[in-house]
Amino acid sequence: MNILYANLLEFSWQQIVMILIGCLLIYLAIKKEMEPTLLLPMGFGTILVNIPFSDALAGPIKELYEAGIANELFPLLLFIGIGAMIDFGPLLTNPKLMLFGAAAQFGIFFTLAMARMFFPEIDAASIAIIGAADGPTSIAVANTLGSKYVGPITVAAYSYMALVPIIQPPVIKLLTTSKERKIRMPYEQKSISKLTRIMFPIIITIVVSAVIPQATALIGFLMFGNLIRECGVLESLSETAQKVLANLVTIFLGISVAFNMTAEQFLKLDTLLILGLGLIAFIVDTAGGVLFAKFLNLFSKTKLNPMIGAAGISAFPMSGRIVHKMGLKEDPQNFLLMHSIGVNVSGQIASVIAGGIILNFFS
Amino acid sequence: MNFLNLFFMASKAQNGLDIKFEPGKFVDMLGYMGKGMLVIFVIIGVIILATAFINKIFSNKK
Repeated sequence: MNILYANLLEFSWQQIVMILIGCLLIYLAIKKEMEPTLLLPMGFGTILVNIPFSDALAGPIKELYEAGIANELFPLLLFIGIGAMIDFGPLLTNPKLMLFGAAAQFGIFFTLAMARMFFPEIDAASIAIIGAADGPTSIAVANTLGSKYVGPITVAAYSYMALVPIIQPPVIKLLTTSKERKIRMPYEQKSISKLTRIMFPIIITIVVSAVIPQATALIGFLMFGNLIRECGVLESLSETAQKVLANLVTIFLGISVAFNMTAEQFLKLDTLLILGLGLIAFIVDTAGGVLFAKFLNLFSKTKLNPMIGAAGISAFPMSGRIVHKMGLKEDPQNFLLMHSIGVNVSGQIASVIAGGIILNFFS
Repeated sequence: MNFLNLFFMASKAQNGLDIKFEPGKFVDMLGYMGKGMLVIFVIIGVIILATAFINKIFSNKK
């Protein structure tokens, strides 16, 4: 009869806490709709790996982790799907918006310095990349650098991306006046040729890879997805990349990230520190973008609404929508969406470049 | 700072952590911060120029 309770007695309190964390992730995914595509598989995977003597941990989850995360395959495949989803049209209409994407990566480098006060260089660099506000980049960089904190970094990256609507508005409000938030930015609709749309992903790949070869895979897979979308002759592949491929990889990515969510690896003071540093990264990213826009306004005749700088954080498309909504709240006739989405997709490119720079510095 | 180090030492004794509080390391990383931001702005600058160029070359003729 002891078969009924023998394994139950093996539960440690840490494993029970982790199972509760798994349930919390599932709750946030379903009830609050916070990044459900990733938090739900992660939450369920967390439960699977924290059962004493779980055969899931030593078997399929370990195999999936080694087949898709340890070698960065899953994040890169996901990038094909993300690239296929992105319309670079607003960015091509006004390429200068890309500067905000660059400015909003400041949080990564600030957090690098902050994290280095507590962690070794490799782990500090991996934690800093939470500020990319881009899950696949965070996972790929942390894995390539060989950080032991891939689990907490992934949880922090995806949780804060889901919390962007809560994190960004107070920071934006703190750094801008009501008058600044009311600045209108008329949008000039320009027709972008098909050839331009096709050349853009190719040129970005060549420029970025030539300067930072460590970013070739990240930027290459993202732009490959976009090329499939824009070429006009691969409709079916584009649709598959956007839906089937992205969904399939997300399922495997989420459940195999849980390999790092065992009680021994996760329940540490380090994890709390990583969550705190991740929050700092998001706040400083937002501040970097807003302050850069205010700086440009010192020299520009046509004033920019500094809120659009905050969308450079990546976290596509939530961040762009938040800025648009905040603009409407201040002035119901102020439509910032096209500008903020343009900045937002530039943040996606800039965050991959920042990931490559971090790899260049520390790998 | 001493308090923080004591706290981390106590945690280390209990949990086997390797966290140490070293504020001086912040200054050591400022070089990376400067270089990182410079490189990212230069690459983005090149991309902006390239994009403006292809926009001009391949723009829809009216």
